[in-house]
Formats: sequence, C-alpha cells, structure tokens
Amino acid sequence: MDFNDTKDEAKFRDEVNSWLSANADKKEHAKDIYRPAEMSGEGESGESSALKDAKAWQAKKYDAGWACLHWPKDYGGRDATPMERVIWGQEESKFKVPGGFFEIGQGMAGPVLMLYATEEQKKRYLPPMAKGEEIWCQLFSEPGAGSDLAGIKTKAELDGDTWTINGQKVWTSGAHYSDYGIIVTRSDFSAPKHKGLTYFFLDMKSPGVEVRPIKQITGGANFNEVYFTDVKIPDSQRLGEIGDGWKVSLTTLMNERLAVGDASGVDFQEIFELAKDQDFNGDSAISNGAVREKLADWYCEQSGLKYTKMRNISALSQGSTPGPEASITKIVSANKLQDIANYGMDLMDNASIARDEETAIFQGSLLGAPLIRIAGGTDEVLKNIIAEQVLGMPQDIRVDKNVPFNEIPTGSKN
Amino acid sequence: MNFNFSEDQLLMKEEVKKLLDKENSVKRNRNVLEGEEKFDKELWNQLVQMGLTATTIPEEYGGIGMGFLELCVIAEELGRGIAPVPFSSSVYLATTAILNSSNEDIKKEFLPKLASGEIIGTFAHSEKTTFPSESGISVAAKSGKITGKKVAVPDGDIANFALVSATSGKNKIGLYLVDLSADGVEIDSLETFDPSRSHADISFKNTPAQELSADAWEDIEKLLDQSAVLFAFEQVGGAEAAMNQAKDYAMGRYAFGRAIASFQAIKHKVADMYISLQLARSNCYYGAWALSNDAPELPTAAATARVSATKAFYECSKENIQTHGGMGATWEFDCHLFYRRARLLSSNIGSQGIWKDKLITSLEKSNSPT
Repeated sequence: MDFNDTKDEAKFRDEVNSWLSANADKKEHAKDIYRPAEMSGEGESGESSALKDAKAWQAKKYDAGWACLHWPKDYGGRDATPMERVIWGQEESKFKVPGGFFEIGQGMAGPVLMLYATEEQKKRYLPPMAKGEEIWCQLFSEPGAGSDLAGIKTKAELDGDTWTINGQKVWTSGAHYSDYGIIVTRSDFSAPKHKGLTYFFLDMKSPGVEVRPIKQITGGANFNEVYFTDVKIPDSQRLGEIGDGWKVSLTTLMNERLAVGDASGVDFQEIFELAKDQDFNGDSAISNGAVREKLADWYCEQSGLKYTKMRNISALSQGSTPGPEASITKIVSANKLQDIANYGMDLMDNASIARDEETAIFQGSLLGAPLIRIAGGTDEVLKNIIAEQVLGMPQDIRVDKNVPFNEIPTGSKN
Repeated sequence: MNFNFSEDQLLMKEEVKKLLDKENSVKRNRNVLEGEEKFDKELWNQLVQMGLTATTIPEEYGGIGMGFLELCVIAEELGRGIAPVPFSSSVYLATTAILNSSNEDIKKEFLPKLASGEIIGTFAHSEKTTFPSESGISVAAKSGKITGKKVAVPDGDIANFALVSATSGKNKIGLYLVDLSADGVEIDSLETFDPSRSHADISFKNTPAQELSADAWEDIEKLLDQSAVLFAFEQVGGAEAAMNQAKDYAMGRYAFGRAIASFQAIKHKVADMYISLQLARSNCYYGAWALSNDAPELPTAAATARVSATKAFYECSKENIQTHGGMGATWEFDCHLFYRRARLLSSNIGSQGIWKDKLITSLEKSNSPT
C-alpha cells in the first residue's frame, strides 16, 4: 500500500510540472486560487473577463498538447491514459489558473459526439471544443422534466431532411455564452415515454433560439431558460437513431456524474480556522466540546472523500476499472458545504449578518449549496442510483411505463 | 500508486472469510451470547492454527513476520463474522504493546506464546466509568507491585496476562505486565450488554508486575492509535455485513404487492448506509497506510478511521433492524448481534466523543490538517 508514482507516472508528472511552471503561477497556499468574478462578489459584469482568461489559458494548453488529454490526437487530445489525465489534473490544481467554462462541452457533449457523430463532424467540432474556442451547453431539463428527464415535451418534427424544434428548456448552464448545444427532444408523443425521444446538436445562434438568464438565490445568473420557436436543425445533426434519444442521453448523464465533482466553497479548513479565531462564551470556539464534535464529523467526511478518490485513482494506476465508490462524492460534499456554511455563520453569531470579507464565503456557500444539491442529479436521484446501480436493488414500480406519452400526467398540477 | 491491499493480502482476507463462513461464526457468536462459555475456544484454536495470532510477530520470536496490513484484512473479516474470540485484546493490543516495547526479556518470553496461542493477553486501562486521561489513572505501581482496580477489561476473565497502565511516581504513567493468576488479583466477570465478548473488573492488591516502561503515556497513546485502525477495520467489516443483510432482506421481503427494496424510503436508507460505509472504508485504508508505515500522520489517520467506522457500524446495524421491521427486533434474528457488537466496539478503546476530541487535538498539533 503506497502513494508512490510508477516510473512512467513520475516521468509524466515531471513533464507536466515543467510545462505548468513555465506557463502559470504556482499557488502559494491552498486558498490562493484564481477567482472568477462572480465568486469574488463583482457580479455578472465580471464574467466576460473570466471567460476571456479561461479561453486564453485553454488555448495555451491546447497549443502545447495539454487539452482534453484523454481524447484521440486526431480530435485535439493527446491519447493519454486515464492515469495521465489524473496526474495532469492533480498538478494543474496546484497552479493559479482559470477554468469553469468548458466542462459541459468537453465532459458531456464531447463524449457523445465521439460516439454518435460522423467522422467529418468530429474533425470539425471536437478540436475547437478542446481548444475552448467554441463552448457547448447541454439542453436537457424542462419546466416539467427535471429528475424525470424522460418527461420532456420540446417537440421535434421532421419535414424532408430538416427538423423544426418548438419548446422550452431550463437550467441550461452557460447557454448565454455557448456556441453550440446538445439537445434532447420528443419526436413522437404517442410512443411510450422513453421511446419517442430524439437527440441533436445545434448552433445556439440559430434563428428562434432565445436565451433568458435565471437569477439564482445567490444573486448570480449562471443558468438560463432557453426558448425554441420554429428552430431549424438539419437531420445531419441528429445523434443516434430517431426515437433512440434516451439511450444517447444516458451516455451524456453517465459523463455528467464524472464531470460533477466536489462542491466548491467552504470546507473543513475554513470552519477549522474560523473555530480557532472565533470567541465562544469567553473562550475560543475550538475549545468547546460541541464545536469539536462537529469539526471531527466534517473532517471525517472530507478525508473519506479524499481517500475514496485515491482508491479510484489507484485502480486506474493499476490498470483496473475504478469501483462505484465515487458515486457518493456529490451527495456528501454538497451537504457538507451547506452544513459547514450554516454552522460557520452560527459561530459568527450576529456578525454573520453583515457581508464582509470574512462572512462572504460562508454566505455565498450557504446560498449556493441548495443548487449544488440539485444540479447534476439531486441527492434523491443519486441515492436511487447508488441503490439500483451499485447495490442492485430494484427500480421503483413505474406508473408511466409502456403508456403513450400523451396520456401521462407531467409537470406541476397546482 | 497502489492505495489498496496487495493480491496476497486480499487472498489472505478471502481465506479468513472462508474459514469464518464455514465455521458459521455468526451462529457461534449467538452460542456464546446464550451459553456459559466466555469465548469460542474451538474457533479461537482454528484462528491460531491458521497462524493469525502470529501475524505481526517476527520469526525470531516464533511468529510469521507479516505486518499490520495483514492484520487489517483479518480484522475486517473478524468484524464481518462478529467472531466471539479475544483477538482484539490479545493481538491488536497485547501483542502490539509488547512488539512496541524494547524489553527484550519480555519479548522473548511472551511473543512466542502469543504467536502459538498458548497464552492470551489483554490491555487493562479503563477505570471507574470513563476512559482515562493521564491524570485519571489511580492504579499505582510501586517496587514491582501494583494496587488498584481496572473496570470492564475486555477478556479480563479469559486472558492469562494483562498490560496494565498505572502511576509510576513523579506524575508519570507506566505500563506493566501482570500475570492474572498471580497473588492479589481478583477477577469479577461482568454481566454485559454483549456477552459474545467477555469483560471483567480486575482488582490488584500488591500484585507482582513487570515494568515495560515507567514513562509510558506516549506509548499508550500510540498503542491506542495503532489498535484504533484495527478496531476500525473490524467495525467496517461488521457495518458491511449489516448493510448487506438489510439489502438482502429488503429484496426478498414483499409488502404492498412489491419487494420493499423497490420503495425509495428503503433504497435511500440502504444508500445512506453505503455512503457511511465507503467514507469509513476509505479512511480505514488511509489508517492502514499510516499504521503500516509508522507515519507521523498516524494519530490523525487513526482517529479519522475510528470515528467514521464507529459511525458507520452504528448506522448500518441500527438501520438493518429498522429495515427488517418487527422481526429485526426479535431475539431469533441475527440483527441484534451486530447491533450489540457495534455498540461494544464503540466503547472498547474509548468512545466516539473521546476519539473526536483526539482527532481535533491532533489536527491542532499538526497545523495543516488538509
């Protein structure tokens, strides 16, 4: 049992490090991160500069062969092993670099294109996606279809070799700065729910696409509603067979779970430091037994997630397939984030109300956590996945199976 | 990197599991719980014959010279099988304490007999009602003899000898080896919460004692850290067994016309057990790494493993009963055997509050917890 690199891994790590050192600034401490504008409280206006920085860094990596490492070279990658990809991630995280705009494209749209697009399309779309030149979004959720994704109603009608799309998507991250999108639609309303779906990619600048930001409880607006009014998509941009969109969606969702990692915001370190600094009944909070118990619980969760990740990386290093343990990551980290944020504000007592340098990260995390517990699979959906796919327990009995979609009640009835 | 056990270690784990399955260790737990015997001698002898008591003892002392990693996988299986044997007292604690010591005479005398299972040892530390702090030890050693009382000593009425913490003068705590058949030893077997593992109060009155060290508090803390990792593996094994029982029962139990495993209320409960178990298991692996490398991170790693494994076994064992419904709360079903064992293991070597406090103390000392 060890954490040591193999010879090849060590060599690769050195190579990664020397490139990063020559092209980016190393973090001086853990909190020394590149902060996109909306995290530092500057509001929406700062986003374009964050995007510009992120694009510049991504292009620099691409030119040197460090973008989408695990992709084939032909599509802008490096043909790297899963372990090399992990090493890159570990090393890059030690540097102060921007990011946060390309994950949906590279993590979700890319793998679907790789499986279902034509060779010509792959050569056209994947390299600019890897370079960060073109940004992609994912158009899945609808007002009546969140966790129950197959309940979507956005309509796709084929006339000749052109599809016409009408309907509405919601919770589309980054639609406002995206160039392309992947979209799942309903092409047959009389077929059972999972059988009448068809999957496409489209140009987000197409006539009839209207993007409206959703202001979240944090005050930020990262997500959007996207309206489709007679939007035309050529049949050549269909991914998978007509009516087979559910199968294609599952590929995307599998990758979503890999792409959604730890919840960012306050963690053990922040609450630990706060407890040391904060007074509590005339003593420092950390000397209080109740506070210590709470801290210990969160440390155990943080450490448990860290070494769960290590078990997965170890499996990759050994050339085997990682186990399903990492499926616990988002549930644990999002709830921990929310509880630490709330407890931190409790420790600060009255002083937690005003927004200042010290309270901002706790307040931001408290308001951001609810959406993290929902996005990319709610706590409840993820627990179903653990029970069904990891532990082999049966699915719920479904009242909507094998019933024509247009006979199933959907959405909100109140 | 290989943050996992080696193939040989996993093979050994499988062998121990096979033995405990074949011997039906859960049924044997019940037999001890319901019967007059203090432990299952037959099962203990089989574990001894398999060489498990000799695992960490070097060959020069009659052992097989493996390491703590092997002991970790054994511990997990003993937990899964809730084996009614004094393994934790004799191997995790007594053997490790003697291995840690620099007293060559004691090593030569005791290690070969511990390896061969000829004798059983234990660690007598608790006094009155709480786990002792350095200032809370009242058993006293003077001129080679000890006097005082230790309470709820695990396997206190099974063991041939005990390692006893006692004041050695000048505000120091020492560690002493005491033959439990010696003069001035009074052993009172206790009626306990989980009779599958025997406990006894032990009083010493001018009892002859061999000194391992007169200044042993740090050694004792280290021994507790080392054994905490092993206890945590045992707890993880028990937790996984309880989770699997809950899942299997839910899949075969029908209510409202369907398997209860298809209800989200049950699925989410089992998923919560899984989450708790995986966090504990991953922390245990880190504990195993720190233990086997005698790393400076051991105090933090051990406390983390111990706290999360205690939590996992409690949660899995209580929700296993809940998943079984009324039958889970009957004497006949095995659920309560795991529930009892979970509680017992939480109390041995210090309870949850104590280990949480130790964890934060060690993070305060290390200054860079993450």
